[in-house]
Amino acid sequence: MAEVTPIRTAAEVALIERFEGLKNKLPGSGEIARGRDEAFALIAAAGLPNRRVEEWKYTDLRNAVREAAPLAERPADAAALVDKASAFAKADAVRLSFANGHFVAERSDLAALPAGIAVTPLAAALAEGHPLLAEMGKVAVAKGNFALALNSAFMMDGALIRVAAGTAVDKALHLRFVNGGASPFATAPRVVILVEDGASVTVHESHEGVGTAAYQANSVVEIVAGNGTTITHARLNAEQADAIALSTLAVTLGAKAKLTSLGAVTGGSLSRHQVFLAFAGEHSSLTLGGATMLRGRQHADTTLVVDHAVPHCDSRELFKTVIDGEATGVFQGKIIVRPDAQKTDGRMMSAALLLSETATMNNKPELEIFADDVQCAHGATCGQLDEDLLFYLTARGLPRAMAEALLVQAFLGEALELVEDEAVREELVARAEGWLGERA
Amino acid sequence: MLQINNLVVEIEGKRILNGLDLTVKAGEVAAIMGPNGSGKSTLSYVIAGKEEYEVLDGEILVDGENILELEPNERAARGVFLAFQYPLEIPGVSTMTFLKAIMNAQRKAREEAELTTPEFMKRVRAAAEKLHIDQEMLRRGLNVGFSGGEKKRMEILQMALLEPRFCILDETDSGLDIDALKIVAEGVNTLRDPARAFLVITHYQRLLNHIVPDTVHVMANGRIVRSGGKELALELEASGYADYREQAA
Ligand SMILES: Nc1ncnc2c1ncn2[C@@H]1O[C@H](COP(=O)(O)OP(=O)(O)O)[C@@H](O)[C@H]1O
Ligand SMILES: [Mg+2]
Repeated sequence: MAEVTPIRTAAEVALIERFEGLKNKLPGSGEIARGRDEAFALIAAAGLPNRRVEEWKYTDLRNAVREAAPLAERPADAAALVDKASAFAKADAVRLSFANGHFVAERSDLAALPAGIAVTPLAAALAEGHPLLAEMGKVAVAKGNFALALNSAFMMDGALIRVAAGTAVDKALHLRFVNGGASPFATAPRVVILVEDGASVTVHESHEGVGTAAYQANSVVEIVAGNGTTITHARLNAEQADAIALSTLAVTLGAKAKLTSLGAVTGGSLSRHQVFLAFAGEHSSLTLGGATMLRGRQHADTTLVVDHAVPHCDSRELFKTVIDGEATGVFQGKIIVRPDAQKTDGRMMSAALLLSETATMNNKPELEIFADDVQCAHGATCGQLDEDLLFYLTARGLPRAMAEALLVQAFLGEALELVEDEAVREELVARAEGWLGERA
Repeated sequence: MLQINNLVVEIEGKRILNGLDLTVKAGEVAAIMGPNGSGKSTLSYVIAGKEEYEVLDGEILVDGENILELEPNERAARGVFLAFQYPLEIPGVSTMTFLKAIMNAQRKAREEAELTTPEFMKRVRAAAEKLHIDQEMLRRGLNVGFSGGEKKRMEILQMALLEPRFCILDETDSGLDIDALKIVAEGVNTLRDPARAFLVITHYQRLLNHIVPDTVHVMANGRIVRSGGKELALELEASGYADYREQAA
């Protein structure tokens, strides 16, 4: 009998060759290099995730990624690239910039960091074997995830950020990811934020495409939040229209902590944003939300896994997706309530609005409950604009397109209103209006 | 101002309006009374341009122009206004935002300049005060959490701000207590004008004590079956609609 060898796609073969060729050049040795090997072994064994893998059922990367683009070098014109970015420019923030995944010191406010915040570029932290890197990769429900493993194997740069105990940062930290180039490239930036007990911090994260070539981004932000911490996070995906963009937020939340993470997605031909969150201490609360706007043949996936491992925690998820043209939206949200997690209060809602006959939404909310004294609910809706409301608005004189725009804005507004920072909220609302204005 | 000739309308294959004729002159307040299900709301929706109704025959002329092919917003720009029997709630759209959007959309359609914010605010405040609508209501989502009476007053507020030339009030009296009814009637009466016409649809005579009509039409089974002066409303109040149901059937 012939030996059974898995059939690899051209992209998978290229990925394996690339790792073998690069692994000795990527920053870090010892434990870190071993970590890269381990992560890559997962990828080599399973290949690119495809529709037969439950977690990736609606987002078939094997089919979408035909060629594995080479890992981006630090661009020669990194500062100029960053200067093309515009996201969150009005927000009062300290900026950390990344061009094609590489930290750009000359466009980062390292000299103006608020007291209590320390930032080390990740390439340097990896090279020196920074002790705090031991905090990476601790979220159990994220283990084995493809995008996270791929980033762990290839992570080339990023930032290691420490917010010292008790720090109350008055300025936001803006993680400004800018991608652009003349030929295809891949990125694997990683940002690790350690928020020590009692500290509070606001993090804005933007991803913008400013070049001409299609690229494959795969960013990971990890937050390890101690007890009594408050983290306010807002995120924008304005990736280039032909980009494939994977992103992951992995969080461990201590006791009496509060995390809010809200975002808007307008970019990418295919995008997937994943949130893995583990409650590690009691009496903590989580709010996750987002507004996704899709058209043409875009595909955007939001995948959440919220792990209630301890009692007395609350989680709220509210995701809105508006889909026009032949675009496809995906929402997969899983709330796990472990046997010990009594008094968990979890509510998850995903609502989609289809603006065309050819738009598609795949909604998969799931509850896995192993405790008996909990309150959990989830809902998923998918519908069209209400014709009676449209009639009411048009009968008052609004042209149909304006009436539709008003209703879509109201629909998305419910999620965007939750953004605390006024400048960021206004920008996200304006981007939603701009998106609506571009409807033919 | 409004002339309807032989209007025949169906919905889902069911005939609702059956060759309806109606004329309302500029400056006139015409009332339509009729039993539930006689087609009063259907008539108002068809004039305003609701899509789901199928017009099989007839025409609706506003100032001599047949409006049946026009979109609802184009009809609104020509001065048609319908105060809904059941105003809709629009969560996430603040009443102020909505008022500004509709006022400016109509001005744009008529090639008038947009209102400045202070001018807009001034007009809204003045009109809201007359209708006893407080500022807090204007900040809420349109009609969200409003009582039945508040919703009806909000319809009249929009009518006052848009200054339409042909106003249809579909059972604006239903769900109103006597005080609210007086406020609404007062709002309508101040808008009476030789250049403006009203079609006041009601099931009860009560509203017509406060908005005194020039003409009264009785509708049954999708037609106007009788027309007269304001005394007809009193007669109907005394005798009820039983005669008309039988006559039409
Ligand atoms: N959308 C609709 N679909 C089916 N039947 C309808 C619809 N709207 C109205 N009708 C029917 O048309 C008739 C007239 O209704 P309506 O115009 O609301 O009467 P009125 O306002 O005089 O009470 C009723 O028999 C009603 O059931
Ligand atoms: Mg009615």
